[in-house]
Order: sequence, then C-alpha cells, then structure tokens
Amino acid sequence: MLNFIVRRLLYAVLMIVVISFVSFVIIKLPPGDFLTQKLAQLRARGDRSAESQIETYRLRYGLDRPFLEQYTTWAVNFIQGDFGESFEYERPVRDLLGERVTMTIILGVATLVVVWALAIPLGVFSAVKQYSLGDQIITTLSFVGIGMPGFLLALLILYYAITVLNIEATGLFSAEYVEAPWSVGRVLDLLNHLWIPSLISAITGVGGLTRIMRGNLLDTLGQPFVEAARARGLTNTGVIWKHAVRIAINPLIVILGSEAIPGIIGGTGLVAVVLNLPTIFPLYIDSLRKLDMYMAGTCIVLIAMLTLVGNLLADLMLAWVDPRIRLE
Amino acid sequence: MTQQTLEPLVEVENLRVEFDVRAGVVKAVDGLNMTIYRGRTLGVIGESGCGKSVTARAILNMIPKPGKITSGEIRYHRQAKHLRGENGHSTKTDVVTINELHPDGEVIRQIRGGEIGMIFQEPMSSLTPVYTAGTHIGEAVSLHRLSATKKVGDQIAANVAAARKVDRDEAREIAIEMLRKVGIPKPTERVDNYPHQLSGGQRQRVMIAVALSTEPSMLIADEPTTALDVSIEAQILDIMRELQGSVNMAIMFITHNLGVVANMAHEIVVMYMGKAVERATVSDLFYNPKHPYTQSLLKSIPRLGEKKTGERLASISGMVPDPFNLPTGCVFHPRCPAVMMGKCDKIAPSWTKVGEDHWVSCLLYEEVGA
Amino acid sequence: MAVAQQTLTVPKKKAQVSQSYWSLVWWKFRRNRVALFGGVILAVLYFSMGIVPEFVSPYLLERASNYTEAAPQQVHLFDESGAFRGPFVYGLERQIDTVKRTRVFVEDKAKIWPLGLFVQGDSYQLLGVIPTNIHLFGVVSDDPDAQFFIMGTDARGRDWFTRIIYGGRLSLLIGLLGQLMLLFFGTILGVASGYYGGAVDQVIQRSTEFLGAIPEIPLFMALAAAIPAFWSPIAVYFMLTLILSFVRWGGLARQVRGLILSLREREYVLAAKSAGASDARIMFRHLLPGTMSHVIVIATLAIPGMILAETALSWLGLGLRPPLTSWGVLLQDAATVRAIHTTPWELWTVPFILLTVLAYNMLGDGLRDALDPYGGR
Repeated sequence: MLNFIVRRLLYAVLMIVVISFVSFVIIKLPPGDFLTQKLAQLRARGDRSAESQIETYRLRYGLDRPFLEQYTTWAVNFIQGDFGESFEYERPVRDLLGERVTMTIILGVATLVVVWALAIPLGVFSAVKQYSLGDQIITTLSFVGIGMPGFLLALLILYYAITVLNIEATGLFSAEYVEAPWSVGRVLDLLNHLWIPSLISAITGVGGLTRIMRGNLLDTLGQPFVEAARARGLTNTGVIWKHAVRIAINPLIVILGSEAIPGIIGGTGLVAVVLNLPTIFPLYIDSLRKLDMYMAGTCIVLIAMLTLVGNLLADLMLAWVDPRIRLE
Repeated sequence: MTQQTLEPLVEVENLRVEFDVRAGVVKAVDGLNMTIYRGRTLGVIGESGCGKSVTARAILNMIPKPGKITSGEIRYHRQAKHLRGENGHSTKTDVVTINELHPDGEVIRQIRGGEIGMIFQEPMSSLTPVYTAGTHIGEAVSLHRLSATKKVGDQIAANVAAARKVDRDEAREIAIEMLRKVGIPKPTERVDNYPHQLSGGQRQRVMIAVALSTEPSMLIADEPTTALDVSIEAQILDIMRELQGSVNMAIMFITHNLGVVANMAHEIVVMYMGKAVERATVSDLFYNPKHPYTQSLLKSIPRLGEKKTGERLASISGMVPDPFNLPTGCVFHPRCPAVMMGKCDKIAPSWTKVGEDHWVSCLLYEEVGA
Repeated sequence: MAVAQQTLTVPKKKAQVSQSYWSLVWWKFRRNRVALFGGVILAVLYFSMGIVPEFVSPYLLERASNYTEAAPQQVHLFDESGAFRGPFVYGLERQIDTVKRTRVFVEDKAKIWPLGLFVQGDSYQLLGVIPTNIHLFGVVSDDPDAQFFIMGTDARGRDWFTRIIYGGRLSLLIGLLGQLMLLFFGTILGVASGYYGGAVDQVIQRSTEFLGAIPEIPLFMALAAAIPAFWSPIAVYFMLTLILSFVRWGGLARQVRGLILSLREREYVLAAKSAGASDARIMFRHLLPGTMSHVIVIATLAIPGMILAETALSWLGLGLRPPLTSWGVLLQDAATVRAIHTTPWELWTVPFILLTVLAYNMLGDGLRDALDPYGGR
C-alpha cells in the first residue's frame, strides 16, 4: 500500500514538472508577449519614453534571456516559494494569489460533497423504484441537470439577482469579512455564501452521477450475490445498501478520480468567473488574456497540482473500498 | 430396512407462479405438488426453464418481479427451536404458510437463511466480491444465531435460554469452525480471503458453510455443482451428504444432471414446463420409470459399451414449447413417443399413484373416458 | 413405440421480421420517445441554423439599424380599440428613460406593422446558390422603418434573434466537426494502441495519460490563448476546433483501446488472422465494427461538451472573436453586469444552448439504450 502511494507521489511530481514546462511553452507561444502589448498601450497614450520603459521592464523580468533560462529560473524559484512577479499588477504572484488557493480548495470540496450527498441517494432511489413516478421525475431532472452547465446557470442566477432581487451578486464573503483574519464568524459567513456557488457547480455533476448510480445499481441488483444476500435473511434495505450499493459504487469512485475532480475544478472555475469569486480561476483567465507569463504559468501548475492530488485521493479511496484493486 | 416415520417439512400444494411480461403471461410453475421431508433429500430434475429454480425461490418467497405466486400454498412446518421466545424444550411445531407472508417481513427473514438456507449455481457471483468468507458467515450468524447467556444470579438460568446476538469474536470462531467442517484447509487464513482469492470449489464450500452456519432444517441447493469440475463436484457432494447426516437436514437438490441426483437424493421429482410429471424413490425412478419424459431422459444418457458404434444417441424429439403458446391437453404430448392422439391432446393428466411412493402424471396410467 | 408426429397444435406465426442487429437497434430506438424527440429537435436546429439560417432569420446578420438596444417587441393581436388585426407589432419610437438615464424604445401605438410568414426581406442566396429574398417571418409593410425584433437588438441595432441563429451555425458546427475529428483520430489511435500493444501502446498511452493529467479547461484555455491574434477568423475557427478535439483524443483513444483489448482475443480475430488477413484489415474490418456502437454513443454524448467548451472559451475572450459570431461570442456581449441591466434579452442565447445540450443528451442516451438491444426491458 505504502509502495503504491510513494509511486504515485513520485509520478505526480514528475507530472507537475512536465506540465510546468509545457505550460511555459504554451504561454510563450503567442507571438509577442506582455510587453509588446504594453508597448502598444503606452504608445497609444502618447508616452514618448515608451521604448525605454519597455527596455527596463524587459531587463527586469529577464525577458531577453533565452527561453530555457527563463524557465529554469522560474522553476527553481517556484520550488522555493517565489512564483515570480505579475507583469500586470507589478506585485509578486504569491501575494496576489494569497488566499485564493485555499478558497479554490474549499469551493471544490464543498461542491464535491454536495454532488455526492445528493446523487447517491437519488440514484439509489431511482434504481430501487424503477419506472415509478419518483424515478421518472428524478430521471428528467437529471437530464436537465446534465444539460445545464454551471456557468450558464450562474449567469441565469446572476440575471435573476440583478434584475429581480436588485443585488450585485456575490463573492464568498460579506464586505466586512473579506480581508479579515480567520475567526468563527468568518467561517460561518463563508459557509453562508458558499452554498450558492457550490450548488450551482454541483448541478451538472448531480445529474450525471445520479444517472450513473442508477444504471450501475440496476446492473448490480440483477447479480446473483444480491439474491444470495436476500436468501440469507437480510432486510431489503440491508440487501440494497450493504451489498448492492457497496459494489455499484466502485465505478463511481473511479469516475470521481478521472472525471469528477477535473470537472469540478474546471466547472467551479467558470462559475467563479461569472460570480467573481476569490478563487484561482478568474485570475488565471485574466493572466491568459494579458499574457502575464508568470501568473499564468503559476496558475496552471497550481490547478494541475490540485487535480493530481484529487486523482491520488480518489485512487486511494478506490483501493480502500475495493479489495480486488488493493491486492493487484 | 426400517422405514422411519417421514415428517413433512415443506409441503407445496398446487403452486402456480406467473410472470407478467410484455408479451403475455408465462406460467413458470403450473400446479406443482411436492413434499420435502425432514432429514431427506429430494432431487428435482428437469430441463432449463421447467420451473425448478422458480419453485425454489417460491419456497423462500423470493420470486423476482414481475413474478407472483398466483395460487396454491406452501406450508412450512416450523420446528420449535426456531421459534423465538419459546422454551427450548417444547416439541411443538408451527405451520407457516409461506406465500402469505410479507416478502420483506420479520418472519420470512427469520426463515430465510436461518431455517431454510439456499446455495446457488455460480459460487463466484453469489458471494459479494468485497466481503471476506468470514464476513459472509459472520453476517449469517449474527442475523440468525443466538448464544445463550446465563444471567448472573438467575435461578433457572439453565432452562431459560436468554438470547443475545452473537458478537464479532464468536462469529469469527464459528466461521473458522464452519470452514473447517466443509473441508477448507487452513481455515484461519482462508476466513479472511476474498472470493476472488479462492478457487471455484472453495467458493462453493464457503457458500455451504454460510448456509449451514445457522443450522437450518433445510438446504435448497440450486444446481450447486453445475459450474464446477467433475472432481470438485464429487467432493462437494460428499460434504453435503456428510453434513446432512450430522445435522439431520433436509435438502432440496435441483439439477439437470441425472448422474448427480442419483448419487444424492432419496426421492426424485421430475418437472416439465412448470409441472411435476413423476415422483418416485431413486431406485424406482431409475429402474422403473413410468412417464415417457422420464424414460426419454434416462434413455438419452450415453452409456459406455451399450451401443454399437455408428448408432445415434437417443434424444427427445422436438423442442420445448413456446411458453405463450402451450400445447393443449398434456403439455408434453407433441414430443411424447407414446402419445395417444385424441386423448393426450385433449385431456390434461392428473397425479396418479402407480406404486408405493411412486406417482405419475400421465394418461397412460389413468382411466379416463374416451 | 411409434415416434409421434410433429403435429404441433400451435397456430401459424406471423412472418418473422428481420432480426439483424441494426434493425433491432433501430426498432428499439424508435420506441424511445424521448430520444426521438431529442433527435427531432437537433434536426430542426441543425437544419434551420446550419443550412438555412438566412431563411429562418428575418434579417441578415450584419444589418445594423438605428434601433440600438431595443427591447423585444410584443406581438399583439388586438389593437387599442379591441379590433382583431392579426399578428402585428407597434412601431418603435425613441425616448429617454429618466430613471436609467439611457435611451429606450417604446411602442408607438400610432404605427402598426403587421407580421406574416414567408415575407420578403433582404436578399441572400439560399444554400449559397439560389438567389431569393423570402424569410420565414417578418413585417409586411411598405414603411421602410418597419421592423420586427422578436428578441430585441444589441448595441449596434442588430436583431438579436438573427444573431442567435447565425451564431448557432458556428457553435453547432464546431461541435459536430470537432467531434468528427476527435472520432477519427481518437479511434485510429485507440485501435492501433489496443491492437499492436507493446511499444506503440506504451507511447500512445503515456502521452495521452500525460495530456489527461492536465486539467482540460485550463489546458485549452491556454492553447486557445496561444492562437495568434492576427490570424484570420476562419483559421482561428479551425485551430480552435482542432484544439478542442485534440485535448480529448486521449479519452476516446483510451476507451477504444479498452474495447479493442477485450475484442482482440476473441475467436473471430484469430480466425481472420489464420486466414491470412493483414493487420490493417483485421483492425478495420473486424475489430472496428465491434467498437462502433460504443464509440457512437460516446461521441454523441461528448458533442454537447464540445459546444459548451467553445461557448465558454469564446465568452471569456479566448476563442472566437467578432466578426465571427457564435453563441459564445454572443455571450461576451450578453453576460456582463452592464448588459444584464440594459439589454437582458440578450440572454435569450442561453436557452438555445441549453436546448441543444439537452437534445443531444436525450439522443445520446437513447442511442446508448438502443445499441444494447438485448438488454433493458
């Protein structure tokens, strides 16, 4: 088991290095860079000293160095916790990211919890009472959920909030808690605000996962061991939960690792852009648009790290839950 | 040979089970009568689809949807030791009508696994893949077995079996003991094995261990050795016979393999299309089969040295009829080598006695008006 | 004993219908009303937006007008005096909204512009060849100011409904094209990987695994941002499609590989091999058809993802840009806080996207059920 974890961790580290390199390459792909844009901006404003300013920047950020050197400098600094400086804001990336990483994780976890807490019971009910009215309702709602991507839903809710409720929706904290240090009050405030974006991001996931749970459980219920369990005198509930669901849920955990987690990271990301939440994503998009190199690179690496950690946790959970995997 | 008094344990009377599917109604079991006696093995043979598995499930009131018991009765003579709350020494028997019990109710759940056990055809898929052998046995045991506790200071502790459920350590002990009984080597290791770590024969032994761990009065074995190699099969059958002897357990042994059933059963019921067509003791059935279907079945077993080379194997002509389009009169008549047209296609035969403990459902043995 | 005659008293059955796999599939599919419904919706959408958008929309795409940021016009049947006039709209006149301090357009009850079907309007070429000027619906009037903005207009006075229709063309096609590309490359990779095994398999697997480790959305955002700004819109469009499918090759390849692995050991492959069939032939004539049903389902269900990805990218400014029009580009205009205040009708784009996604899901789910004709009810 330990062997397994160590191997995966090493693999993950390797992945991160490769990803960081590739992202760096991708960021460098567009012709020109941040500074060419800035140059155009300054020129447009009629700034005479534009060229010399740009030269200063160029030297400062080392943009005149060869590509590999730029990468390695950044990578080495990264490991030490220095993520470079943002061109746009002229401040260290680390400062700008600040709490956003924590918030991203919190939002992601909250969404995950919501998805599972809703999808499993709904899926089980749907399978056990197949073709009943409840099942049909749940199935229809699942379809709607699947077809309703989080960010569009967020848009509609934003629309509703602005036009009908007349509030400028959101963020994750009320005004007084935004910059405040952590306290019980702040936590409660967060929970208060968290459930809306979590719910929005969760809807697609719930729709999909419910259907999958339903399908898996239907398959499993037809298996001989379920009948055998019933023949041993278990209650209906016992048969369903202790035997059928216990088996049916394994593929879902696989999905958790391979699709759900990356999906949630991306999905909550888009919702965060719509609702202007203090997570990594809005900053990431912005940096991409502005070709803010170090910011964008750091963001990708961080997002990739979160995904890989999520994958690893899902794999671990699968090994814990399914002895067949464990003993391979 | 002394004839012990045979006590009926489960009586099936005129059972009808129907499946309501889109294309129509399938009569999986159509007027079945049979009795299983305490301590004796009843073999049930028949082709696939003749309703034997459905009958087994009917006895435990476990027929899967869209099936239903539409008429008839299944009576189970419940022995006192299984009646909770009763004084353990009474010999009273209670008759429970199984088909009237709620399928998820308390009574049937006590009976399932606790008093009537069942083992299945595919040992690999009949054990839950994520639970160990020990967990399976433990589950059965903690549902059904009670251990006696002596209440401290209780004067009549010896006579009053105050019951409490078996705890985990006890369950594990019982599990290891059971595994040993069914002949699994190194039971203390095997008890923690998962199904995929065991061989086919071992899994089936585990199933038997699970079923027997609750000391049931009857075991329903639904084709238990069909999926096993012949040599393993022999071992499993040995174990079943041994255990039956030691706990006086009845067995309902369902199979389509005549050789196996000859080995195991005291009596045999032959089923066709949801009905019983013949019932006899083993020797009577094999040496003196009366029903043409039974005769054809026995004829179709190839025997070494009996036939000249080049001769074709005997088989039963025709095919099993379409369940939505059953033949009139006797259901077997289109395939019957002894058919009497004019009678067999018009009149359905009824259960007739043709000898000591030998019954047939065939117009050849019935006096009917022309 | 005489052998009994095979006198079955069973009445003669109806002639057997064809029981081939594909006929079973089709038959099962037909019974699934939800799937059929989805299929019909998609057919309507693709036809109206993909093939004849000029006909379905009342105006040409770039037709700007003076009626900027006008709210959708209400269709009336009865005029102020209660008389029945058939469907019509009132004229629009400009006013200043003192509260919002913007220019708005309100109904001018003095002018009545009747509506009709198959009206004459701007000229175009149907299917690119047939010159005509008939539109599905519009105003029937000699007044050159007569307009019918069923979903309002944008900041340049363009009819929003028209923009949605034209936008749909690009969005819908990107989904389809991207998916076909994905299908093509992904299947080939998967088949090769599964069939050859060994080194080929390892290389393909490692690279797709690596690509898969990078979270999708950030990846194609980064790639999309890398498209040089000065490329022509068409080039951008194709590049985007390529990127969207490239990121997902891996997933499909892996699933196909899995299918191939399970089929590879089947007897019919061995039989083909022993008969001397070449690798290519085995792969394409024997193995591939076995994977087809799964692949079709996977592909169909992945199209909405592709459409949504393009929408998200374009909306964030990283994908298509004007003058190209897609639903994502429309969202760029529609999804700002300011726009929600002043031109909320621009959000009509969203239901169309949702409808497409829903229809694809219904269809894909039905296909999945149908392609397993032996299972289910």
